[in-house]
Amino acid sequence: MAGTDPIHQFVIEDMIPIHVGGDGTAGSGLNLSFTNSSLFMVLTVLAITTFVLLASSRKQLVPSRLQLTGELAYEFVANMLRSSAGTEGMKFFPFVFSLFAFVLTANMFGMIPYFFTVTSHIIVTVALALLVMSVVVIYGFVRHGFKFLKLFVPSGVPAYVLPIVVPIEIISFLSRPISLSVRLFGNILAGHITLKVFAGFVVSLGAAGFLGWLGAILPLFMTVALTALEFLVAAVQAYVFAVLTSMYLNDAVHPSH
Amino acid sequence: MVTQAYAQEAAAPAEEHVDGAVDATHADPAHADPTADTHATTEAHGGEHGSDIFPPFDPATFPSQLLWLAICFAALYLLMSKVALPRVGSLLADRKARIDADLAAADASRQKTDAAIAAYEAALADAKSKAQGIAAQTSDAIKTELASKRQAVEADLSAKVATAEARIASTKAEAMTHVDEIAAETAQTVVTQLVGDIPSESVKAAVAKASKE
Repeated sequence: MAGTDPIHQFVIEDMIPIHVGGDGTAGSGLNLSFTNSSLFMVLTVLAITTFVLLASSRKQLVPSRLQLTGELAYEFVANMLRSSAGTEGMKFFPFVFSLFAFVLTANMFGMIPYFFTVTSHIIVTVALALLVMSVVVIYGFVRHGFKFLKLFVPSGVPAYVLPIVVPIEIISFLSRPISLSVRLFGNILAGHITLKVFAGFVVSLGAAGFLGWLGAILPLFMTVALTALEFLVAAVQAYVFAVLTSMYLNDAVHPSH
Repeated sequence: MVTQAYAQEAAAPAEEHVDGAVDATHADPAHADPTADTHATTEAHGGEHGSDIFPPFDPATFPSQLLWLAICFAALYLLMSKVALPRVGSLLADRKARIDADLAAADASRQKTDAAIAAYEAALADAKSKAQGIAAQTSDAIKTELASKRQAVEADLSAKVATAEARIASTKAEAMTHVDEIAAETAQTVVTQLVGDIPSESVKAAVAKASKE
């Protein structure tokens, strides 16, 4: 029953089929179709761009509510990045702002019923996390050359401890993209499944007559409470993603810590 | 898409999948038909296909998601970095510049006010000292004038006193000369009444002699 299947909401469906390569039969070659996921990625980008452009359309000295919201978002990300990575890190501001806005908007779109949640697919979060790590590694080596490797050698540590500390640092660095992507993916996926399961209870029990109605009260309250929690998670995970990105970028800007 | 991927796997048995065992038991009817009639199977097992393979881990959807994520994120980054964020940034910079300018203007005005107050106080002190000077000068002038007038009046008065005294003295002296005459006349009259006529010269001499004693 598709109505209460908690996994159905994550199914990707082709909207405009685009197949590259293959022998012409269905499923062969690369499927680059425009899907419901793609649609919500596009909607996310459009929503962010519309919001920021509208917020800055009427340049008022005393801002309107919309303009103030846009300015607050700007300064929120700017202060976050500046406090983590310093003034030199501000060249990554558009990158961090785009990431924060994309994850936040995608998460929030996911809270609207019948909307697809882009960040509930691990390939998306992995791609974003790898993008962050690529930026960190590439900028680190371009900016500092091999001094970037000082990142793995904490200063002030006695030399005989280094054989233990350096591998730990390397492992922790390598695990960053995993933790960064799985945290976001896991939170969103688990939240949406839980929400759907409890909402499914309400529907199933509600169909079972009067006693079922009584039994449905508790899951209904759970659904309401979980909805609030999921809004919080949606915002917090976007914030966490952006904060961690800022801190990793700080390593690229100032590798010797 | 999931179902298509599925049909592909079913059509190509060489491509083993980890969920193969589950597939074989669970979704056998769909896979028994290896033709591309995927939509029919999708309809038939509409709610089932989610359990075939967990959609977020379905590798068949990865290329499409990666491609569209790359397109969307690149577009978002370009729009933000080239268009949107500079506009918001300029808004904030404009406001900061305006506030700084206003603060500087206020500071300049305050300094001007301070200078004006200082100038006023200096002028006031100057005027006070001038007024005191004028007052002192005037009182001095009045004092000297008063003193000179008083001296003149005093001199006049003392002169008048002197002339009056001189006149009194002369009148007195004249009176005194008359006193002798009166005394002589009175004495002659008294003597005449008592003893009869005597020469007035002897009476005068006697009076003079008596007045000397």
